Amino acid sequence: MADRKVTQTPGQTIGPFFAYCLTPEHYGRKGIAGNVMAGPATLGEHIRITGRLLDGEGGAMDDALIEVWQANAAGRYDSPGDARDEVPLDPTFKGFGRCMTDRDGCFTFDTVKPGRVPGQGNRLQAPHVSVIIHSRGMLSHACTRIYFSDEAKANDEDPVLASIEAQRRPTLVARREDTPGGPVYHLDIHIQGEKETVFFDA
Amino acid sequence: MPAETAARVGPGRSPIGACGEIVSNAKTYLPRDWGVQPPYLYEGYKSTVTRSPRKPLVPLPQTLSELTGPVYGHDAVQAIDADLTRNGAVNGQPLGQRIKVTGRVTDENGRPVPGTLIEIWQTNAAGRYVHKVDTHDAPLDPNFFGAGRFVTDADGRYTFHSIRPGEYPWLNHDKAFRPAHIHFSLLGPSFVTRLVTQMYFPGDALLPLDPIFLSVSDEDARNRLVSRYSVVATEADYALGYEFDIVLRGRNATPMVA
Ligand SMILES: [Fe+2]
Repeated sequence: MADRKVTQTPGQTIGPFFAYCLTPEHYGRKGIAGNVMAGPATLGEHIRITGRLLDGEGGAMDDALIEVWQANAAGRYDSPGDARDEVPLDPTFKGFGRCMTDRDGCFTFDTVKPGRVPGQGNRLQAPHVSVIIHSRGMLSHACTRIYFSDEAKANDEDPVLASIEAQRRPTLVARREDTPGGPVYHLDIHIQGEKETVFFDA
Repeated sequence: MPAETAARVGPGRSPIGACGEIVSNAKTYLPRDWGVQPPYLYEGYKSTVTRSPRKPLVPLPQTLSELTGPVYGHDAVQAIDADLTRNGAVNGQPLGQRIKVTGRVTDENGRPVPGTLIEIWQTNAAGRYVHKVDTHDAPLDPNFFGAGRFVTDADGRYTFHSIRPGEYPWLNHDKAFRPAHIHFSLLGPSFVTRLVTQMYFPGDALLPLDPIFLSVSDEDARNRLVSRYSVVATEADYALGYEFDIVLRGRNATPMVA
């Protein structure tokens, strides 16, 4: 069924020196996307997602690029692949973010909570953010997702979470904390080891 | 799906339908080809030892979340972004051999990938990055920044001008130097077509010694990371020409079905 004619180009590591091109704010240049994804007028619940990226020895990965992709608060992707015009776009929200981890391996995204989008078997998926991790020491990028702890019911019926062994599901669920500045979701990403995050072959 | 329904739904619509209905006209993507893509763990490249996922990847069905992705088109770039000999110039031209690099982005089905954003970064002619943590004792070039971006045309073609990057040392092993390379980042049509790779130069004596290059076990696939010198692409009295084609994941023949 697949009419494959040519072979994929292999990936290669992003290396340690991408920042001045992909996240160049500290170089006086503007990148295509940063880690502030929502503006004051963006519809929906404004949230922060934050965590640390850790290697197999628990060390901070301080030179990685985290990219996120998500639907808006109404559950619509701003992309030609989602043409459900009955679900509104938000002109102030693109849904793509980039963050380079800092010296502690920390990443932060200021965004809105995504709405639910359909998944397999016409079942609604729980709200989630798709994540790609690129780093020095990673020859191919890794794909994961972030879900939200206050969506217990939606998470219970989510087909992707259901496909993962129960013991490993928590590696994808960010813990909500209500702070004076607004809701903050915490999730550490473990590249390797006992608490290794679930990575997908998408 | 009956033709009548197809007409009502129209192209590109993806209603939430009854079981068996098409929920998106977007066709699913062929899988990442792990016969070609480098492994997470490759011991010759030492940093992979603690930075490689070790548990088996969990298969993920392609939902709207995977069949969509951000689009940055021609409004996101300016013509000068594709000329690295000029986009960092302060008081003159950068030092080094001027080059022109051109190529086509297609998918595995051989179809062009138009309108996709490519971002590139590289060292200057002396092998030094502008990056703040690059401590290599080689000179910066005040007229070279080393980053660019551009969008493929309707035929999937891209072109940029730059100077030939230099080799630089790294800490992986004794006397380790990376072969000359340009880093490429491509978005492609969806989040699952994301590709970050490196382009190399033909005849580079460091290639057979470079663990990052060698991590691609398939020899044919590996050699497609090496650009070709091209008389056609060469600009008379101005720049050496290189061609570098890129293949992103293709599509399955059938749409996603609920
Ligand atoms: Fe490099």
